[in-house]
Amino acid sequence: MSTQATPEICSQVRRDIVRMVHAVSSGHPGGSLGCVELLVKLYFDEMHLDAENFTMDGKNEDLFFLSNGHISPVWYSVLSRRGFFPTKELATFRKLNSRLQGHPATEEKLPGIRIASGSLGQGLSVGIGAATTKKLAGENTWVYTLHGDGELQEGQIWEAAMYAAHNKIDNIISFVDCNGQQIDGSTDDVLSLTDLGAKWSAFGWRVLKCDGHDLDELGRVIAEAKSHSGSGVPNIVLMKTEMGKGVDFMEGTHKWHGIAPNDAQLADALSQLEETLGDY
Amino acid sequence: MTDSSNFISFNPTESKDTRSGFGAALLELGTTHPEVVALCADLTGSLKMGDFRDAHPNRFFQVGIAEANMISMAAGMTIGGKIPFTGTFANFSTGRVYDQIRQSVAYSEKNVKICASHAGLTLGEDGATHQILEDIGMMKMLPNMTVICPADYEQTRQATLAIADYEGPVYLRFGRPKLPVFYKTDAPFEIGKAQKLMSGDDVTIVATGYMVWEAIKAAQILKEKGINADVINMHTIKPLDAKAILDSAARTGKVVTAEEHQRLGGLGSSVAQVLAENNPTPMRMVAVDDSFGESGTPTQLMDKYGLNADAIVSKTLELF
Repeated sequence: MSTQATPEICSQVRRDIVRMVHAVSSGHPGGSLGCVELLVKLYFDEMHLDAENFTMDGKNEDLFFLSNGHISPVWYSVLSRRGFFPTKELATFRKLNSRLQGHPATEEKLPGIRIASGSLGQGLSVGIGAATTKKLAGENTWVYTLHGDGELQEGQIWEAAMYAAHNKIDNIISFVDCNGQQIDGSTDDVLSLTDLGAKWSAFGWRVLKCDGHDLDELGRVIAEAKSHSGSGVPNIVLMKTEMGKGVDFMEGTHKWHGIAPNDAQLADALSQLEETLGDY
Repeated sequence: MTDSSNFISFNPTESKDTRSGFGAALLELGTTHPEVVALCADLTGSLKMGDFRDAHPNRFFQVGIAEANMISMAAGMTIGGKIPFTGTFANFSTGRVYDQIRQSVAYSEKNVKICASHAGLTLGEDGATHQILEDIGMMKMLPNMTVICPADYEQTRQATLAIADYEGPVYLRFGRPKLPVFYKTDAPFEIGKAQKLMSGDDVTIVATGYMVWEAIKAAQILKEKGINADVINMHTIKPLDAKAILDSAARTGKVVTAEEHQRLGGLGSSVAQVLAENNPTPMRMVAVDDSFGESGTPTQLMDKYGLNADAIVSKTLELF
């Protein structure tokens, strides 16, 4: 199946996100809206994968791990729009007996999910483990991970960062969703991350930066990371984003990190997002 | 059950540490199981993983003093079919990384083998910071987790081989001290299948790990007092062999458990649960009574905290 990342897909994914969290009056719309372009870019342009025949092992495929599992709505929407499972299943998000758990999980066997996430800080280690297995298998494939910027406050991230550089895990491209917000406020107020570029550089990673809402720029940084294949240096992309992107009253504030819109707010949000592929 | 003299010796001539049984088996798996990989958090010598590292350097991963990264990495390595064995002390294999195990291994049903040495008081002089006595409880509470605590060098070797062929998360607990190697090399080992080592109709002694040999010694002392004990090696604490417990308890009407672990949440509490729900039976537990350990030699500590054959005998006599 040949696919292409487009703004139209992004618009539909944003509609899916706000509708999903509204339907159950819970979930995390802010961060989800901010990572739409990245996930659409990865799944529709970049990743070699077989959506119709998902396997846990994913041999000879590119893999993606969502370390900040609370932005599951964007992942579920992109996976379904890419053909991993029927889009109508998005209506079951966070409901009893659903495969679409509040945070991603494997027990319910949702195609596309290879490990549970939600408790933060573990996904970089998981990605490095999977990348190591791919190296042992001699694969020429890539492992992608996504992290919140607030998530970088977890110490395990830096254990993993040290390991990857020391062991030359260069088949990984990790993204940080730099929206500057976390539940209790801005990252600067809660626990400052200071100069993330300098931090990752000091840990031995190649630091790339881009606008996380620009599909072309995302493609450019991914291409640059891939161009260094075999360099022995792991890649981190500091992706500048806006929490709540695409819905004006949700943009740029931590207030929509973990709450859902009411009926009027949903109508307002949907009026700003064109229905391009048909609502689920 | 079978005649145990076929597979154990009551007069063992050799003493070895259980961790060396793990190391020997890991080396064997290196040859027989190409998908087995090993990760270690800066304790390669203590875990006896050096032979595997030297024989298979490309399948050995030194992660440094970063246990959380090790556990989550191991979970990631299963994606693509590897069978990771992680190695560090029991304390750092469980309490320090409980959330990583819970989310990335147990909940995610990953085929990770968490191999833990230096469990319990027999770690000795390092003291309470390293003498974990809560690990069985923590690990058995996790859905999808199998918990194994073998009795001697040979059984640890066999258990290590067995878990490589079992699909799913496993916690394998062993230790530092040398103790008699009473299992024979061709002894049977089946995950979840308890072994009766001695037979008697008066009391059931259910022991695990280091305390199994102590239970045999206790049963021999009790025999001189005219009390004949069923001695059961409960090497797998989860899934628990409830049938072995209930069959024996139905005959003896008295049960004593023995473990190098806290009373709360260990083997004893699992056995009590089975009995309470099926056949309430008078019981005593030989275990650490809600306290931390301290520095000392293993023997001194096991004496002070009441974890030896004499303690099993006196707890048993309370039931008569």
